[in-house]
Amino acid sequence: MANEISDTPSAEATSVDSSDLIISIKEMHKWFDDFHVLKDINLDVRRGERIVICGPSGSGKSTLIRCINRLEQHQKGTIIVDGTELTQDLKNIEIIRSEVGMVFQQFNLFPHLTVLENVALAPIWVRKMPRAEAEENAMKYLERVKIPEQASKYPGQLSGGQQQRVAIARSLCMSPRIMLFDEPTSALDPEMIKEVLDVMIELAESGMTMLVVTHEMGFATAVAHRVIFMDGGEIIEENTPQEFFTNPEHDRTKLFLSQILHH
Amino acid sequence: MTDHQPSPQYLPGTHPDLPPPVRTTGPIAWMRINLFSSPLNIVLTLASVWILWSLLPPAIEWIFIDAIWSAGDRKECWAQMDAPRDGACWAFIRGSFELFVYGWYPEPERWRVNLSFLLLVIAIFGVLKDNLPGKKYWLWFAVFFPFIAAWLLVGGFGLVPVGTQKIGGILLTIIVGVTGITFSLPLGILLALGRRSHLPVLRAVCVVFIEFIRGVPLITLLFVASTMLTYFLPPGSSFDLLMRVLIMVTIFAAAYIAEVVRGGLQGLSSGQYEAADALGLTYWKAHRLIILPQALKISIPGIVNTFIGLYKDSVLVLIIGMMDILGLGRARLNDPLWLGLAPELYLFIALFFFLCCFSMARYSLGLEKKLRTGHKQ
Repeated sequence: MANEISDTPSAEATSVDSSDLIISIKEMHKWFDDFHVLKDINLDVRRGERIVICGPSGSGKSTLIRCINRLEQHQKGTIIVDGTELTQDLKNIEIIRSEVGMVFQQFNLFPHLTVLENVALAPIWVRKMPRAEAEENAMKYLERVKIPEQASKYPGQLSGGQQQRVAIARSLCMSPRIMLFDEPTSALDPEMIKEVLDVMIELAESGMTMLVVTHEMGFATAVAHRVIFMDGGEIIEENTPQEFFTNPEHDRTKLFLSQILHH
Repeated sequence: MTDHQPSPQYLPGTHPDLPPPVRTTGPIAWMRINLFSSPLNIVLTLASVWILWSLLPPAIEWIFIDAIWSAGDRKECWAQMDAPRDGACWAFIRGSFELFVYGWYPEPERWRVNLSFLLLVIAIFGVLKDNLPGKKYWLWFAVFFPFIAAWLLVGGFGLVPVGTQKIGGILLTIIVGVTGITFSLPLGILLALGRRSHLPVLRAVCVVFIEFIRGVPLITLLFVASTMLTYFLPPGSSFDLLMRVLIMVTIFAAAYIAEVVRGGLQGLSSGQYEAADALGLTYWKAHRLIILPQALKISIPGIVNTFIGLYKDSVLVLIIGMMDILGLGRARLNDPLWLGLAPELYLFIALFFFLCCFSMARYSLGLEKKLRTGHKQ
């Protein structure tokens, strides 16, 4: 997998001019009622950067990426996505959501619509694209995720891996600038993980900005510019994949890696 | 038992699909499994057959074979039988049929009622039939139908006005039922969405409305409609009684529909809302395209159940003096010409309601089957 990636991942994010930042999170906090899930999160993502977020369950990694498209609301700090700050303003939220694609662990396809309708729905109703054009476009993306022949089936008739690829096509159809992946392979049978990861690797090669919550360390090594390790609602450590896996700094990270790598 | 021969050996990966054993399929096997599987089952089967055998033939004889279909009054009816009351006197229903259908609607204007019934059939057809060319226009027609029918029946704007107190019988039953059904569904959906809203005031209004209407018997609401409402209206303003009843029946059914739809909304996983949000769909678009199609599909049995209940509850209007099919029929029973023909009357009314409600039930079953698009999620 790793040799397929041509551009060498680099973490030299030190001197970036701010227009190059597509996501900028500053001193962000979030609570679920009394529970402090995210603590003082600072994260800058450059255009085209690919970040893998990992950490034990309950560490807040899913919540973090769900804050980026306002599926969760943060209570303190700022999140700026592609120049637009996330506030209560519904118009801003809708703009950001149509620019940010998201793929869920449970696929969340619309079961009452066919695969083609699932993919073409948002371009038709959000982008006001004519139906014929949207469906033609949708077929292109279904070909890109290699399941054009399933277009007229319903999601319930597909395997998990196929459903997740449809979900990726559904997000791509909106031509997003950023793609968020929330444990995209965790609900899949082992033999289907690869077909989804292959699609994600192809997407990474096309230069998409990606934030991926995953425990697929092979994927992280192959495509990530940076790996972020979270625990207890904080970013504990971030580094290049090579450094992260071979030379973790923090004890928490070492413990986590020893648990996921040695079994 | 013939299947004790050693089964042929197949190499791993080459086992073909075989048909099931013969004894588990076919009518004989079905009877053995379902009717005669145990001594108790055999006794129950035989008892059921005996009960049907002793009840059905006399009933069929009374209803069909010995029945009299044309006569001027009950005496004439009985004169044609071997013994009085030996068979049903359907002449009574035939003789009163126009009254039962139209109430006191003036005879020269009855074409308007007939036209309304015809338009109703067309509207229902347009809504229920799939793949109609120009489906959009059929639906628009169905949306406007209640208003067209109201104009046809009440008159004005070029038609001779007919007072709503002249409306009765099956016409009244259908008006109450169809109005309640068509207006309570959208109102109920809005109430259900309001009850789940994040806006506290809107949510409170919907909760109070639903709980208050559900907590009061329909008869009480109808009495409110017939008496108390006039106190709340400005003096001198007259508000048609039928209109008031229709409003009460509609909001009563809407409160129940709201709860049924809310149940459907809760049956959806939060992932559906999140996926719709993440794609940038607005609240209304997400509900129209993603949430409601699924929630309503789950709610179909409950919605149709409420509709059937509403349709039958329409007979309660006779308590405030409106003559629907049941009220008119009971009044007709006091007519000296047809005194004492209650069994015929109630059978007829039961058949009328059964046909209406059973068609609704069958349609909802068909709809559920059609919408089951092979998704197991």
